[in-house]
Amino acid sequence: MEISATAVVGRTSQAVEQAKAIVSAGLAPVLKRSDAPAFGCFPVYSPYEIIRAAGLLPVGLMGAGASIDIVHADARFQSFVCSIAKTSLELGLQKRLTGMEGAVFHSICDVARNLASVFKRNFPAMHIEYIHLPQNAAGPETEDYLVTEYRRVMTGLEARTGRRIDDAAVAAAIREYNRPRRLMRELYAMRSKEPERIGAAELFPLVRAGTMLPPDEHARLLESAKEEFVARKPRRMDRVKVVVEGAFCEQPPVGLIETLEGAGCYVVDDDFCAGWRWFSTDVPEGPDPVRQLARAWLEHGRASSTRYNPDNPRHKDLVRRVRETGAQAVLFMPAKFCEPALFDYVIFRRELEKENIPHLMVEFEEKMWTFERTRGEVETFVESLLFD
Amino acid sequence: MAEYGTAVHEASRKAMSAWYDRLAAAAKSGAPTAYLMISGNCVEILRAFDIEPVFPEVNALQLAIRKQSLPLILKAEEMGYSSDNCAYVKADAGFTFGEGAPGVGKIPKPNFIVCNFVGCNVYIKWFEHCSEFLGVPLTMIDVPFVRSDRPSDGDVRYVVSQLKKLIADCEKATGKKFDIDKLRGICALSAKAEDGWQRCKDLCKNTPSPMDAYFDAINLMGPINVLRGTQDAVDFFDVAVREYETLVKEKKGPIPIEKFRIVVEGPPPYPFYRQFRDLFAAWNAVAVQSTYSTVGGIWEFGFRHDPKNPLESIAEQMLMENLCNRSLLDRYKQIRRYVEEWKADALVIHSVKSCRLFSAGQGDMRDYFANELGVPTLLVESDLEDPRYYAQAMMKNRIDAFFESLEHRKLLRGAQ
Repeated sequence: MEISATAVVGRTSQAVEQAKAIVSAGLAPVLKRSDAPAFGCFPVYSPYEIIRAAGLLPVGLMGAGASIDIVHADARFQSFVCSIAKTSLELGLQKRLTGMEGAVFHSICDVARNLASVFKRNFPAMHIEYIHLPQNAAGPETEDYLVTEYRRVMTGLEARTGRRIDDAAVAAAIREYNRPRRLMRELYAMRSKEPERIGAAELFPLVRAGTMLPPDEHARLLESAKEEFVARKPRRMDRVKVVVEGAFCEQPPVGLIETLEGAGCYVVDDDFCAGWRWFSTDVPEGPDPVRQLARAWLEHGRASSTRYNPDNPRHKDLVRRVRETGAQAVLFMPAKFCEPALFDYVIFRRELEKENIPHLMVEFEEKMWTFERTRGEVETFVESLLFD
Repeated sequence: MAEYGTAVHEASRKAMSAWYDRLAAAAKSGAPTAYLMISGNCVEILRAFDIEPVFPEVNALQLAIRKQSLPLILKAEEMGYSSDNCAYVKADAGFTFGEGAPGVGKIPKPNFIVCNFVGCNVYIKWFEHCSEFLGVPLTMIDVPFVRSDRPSDGDVRYVVSQLKKLIADCEKATGKKFDIDKLRGICALSAKAEDGWQRCKDLCKNTPSPMDAYFDAINLMGPINVLRGTQDAVDFFDVAVREYETLVKEKKGPIPIEKFRIVVEGPPPYPFYRQFRDLFAAWNAVAVQSTYSTVGGIWEFGFRHDPKNPLESIAEQMLMENLCNRSLLDRYKQIRRYVEEWKADALVIHSVKSCRLFSAGQGDMRDYFANELGVPTLLVESDLEDPRYYAQAMMKNRIDAFFESLEHRKLLRGAQ
């Protein structure tokens, strides 16, 4: 039996259906938009405002799941490399990124870094940028470094587009993106409090649609969804509240999220599309917007397996989120071959066991399409907690 | 008459054993030690405070080459490490967070951990885990990845500011005051060893090459990366240069008749070092250059530590003058230079599962060299640490088939 998000929350949402349609259509409609050329953002976080201020539309270059067959990319990347790297490359090799002005990659892992080079060689018409996001948040000159780094990226985009990026444009983009980010925070808070009101498999496409839309359109979609969710009169079921952690880069198929819910979980927090929900607050709209962005990254960025931040260790942050959301367990959901997530599992597991928080590892791949095994594992885990 | 490799191997072994002895003594006496990574390291700064460096990578390498890695890898996997995580880390974790393995020597618990994040993201995880499990403080040195032809002034400033913080940490840990003149002297010794490195590599341009610059480069890599900044390293390179110059004069090399000159990309399969090497020796193939030997630094193109600007030159090496912090496309340029200037017949890519910094995208590298440049290129896969990924029969088939076709190609060219 196919379990859908609607089965879990008991009703449909027009906004969610719209979001699902946007996500299923992939990048093709985005690349045909006439208002602003698309610029690909490989996960996790990109300074979207800077790209937007250059007159471009930042869009997620986040693999292609089961929507593409790998024909060429397997010859470039080995079998032990994550799927998102290969399907993202495959999109380009099959000329399905035509119209994308360029793409940005970041210092998140060794694969992403090498992928930037492979893009550069294979797609010379694209503007390929690589941003080294600092791994030393406590360093004496880290903020200055990041400001300089963002300015360097701006110079490159200016040369590409022939359009000067002034501070006013960056400030305007910050205002634009604060809106959907604030709404996503609100929806996450609402779901954390009342998970019966919003299904995880509903929130996921709503967030992911934002990786393919201009921020104002995304904000409108989220506002509609919020209205629908608020109007619901849901009934809480006997389910286990879990935090899902590890899917911050490659994204799971929605069927997997539906499976978690169908197996008896209320997802009260997750790190899906983490880069697009990076900040815990609005980015301040004050003077020197580039510095505001850099400072926000350092001070209000989320704890992530792709950044080192001794001021906010990831394992402590995970425990904090479990406590704050009232979750009873953690589901680790790393993408297959994702080194940052797989390494962190060791530290997370150790910390959770110290804190007596149950946990389960559920590895996934964006291309997976059968979920029976996962369903069995999660059901057993949930039952062990419910009847403990 | 020189006997290939004996003096260099012996001198390297002696110098590295002395380092292990110092570590064992430090473990006993509590003399200050610090963890450090190999790639683009800043060992000169530790030396300025008489802090003995400990390299978990060397530990992992030793465990693999002594065929002790698998039980430790399995132990780490029981701790939660994935079968898809870097096995260098797993072997070291199984060793360091467990009771230790015999035969490697006594490695001290460090006073602090210096994570020189130079390219490899796994470095961060590895040292975070060490810090967490051992309860030892970590100093992070974030080195921006090279994004253009040269590091920007801002990048250099950023790294230098962190080196100054490291200096303050070292002062605190040792109670010693930083002496810039001492650091200048150490950098001068580094530069002398680097001269020797370049000379050894340059000598491999001769036919026959006096050294196998992949399999025997390991004798040079220990002294240059671990002992750099000491008289021991300078003395070692004096021996190496002398030996290789003699071999060049006598037209001798690692094998009696050099038939194929190859460039090798990627780390070796340490658990099967000898078997892997023999597969190439059987075809009288000699590596005249290798990228793996430059993970610590690329001195063959002229970079030297500068006693006049010690901090800036240390930063420059960390940023630019090592393989790990450069892009894949920069590596293509480096290999292309090797193939052209060292007059190689072919490129062999050994793709290791553990190290994605090296391996991710090597299929694209093969495409570039084979199809765009017309350089015969072989790509084989195994691992540098985990013996489960090495299949001798399959490896032999691939290598034999490659050299057969290369031989055929040579014959055809000779006939024309």
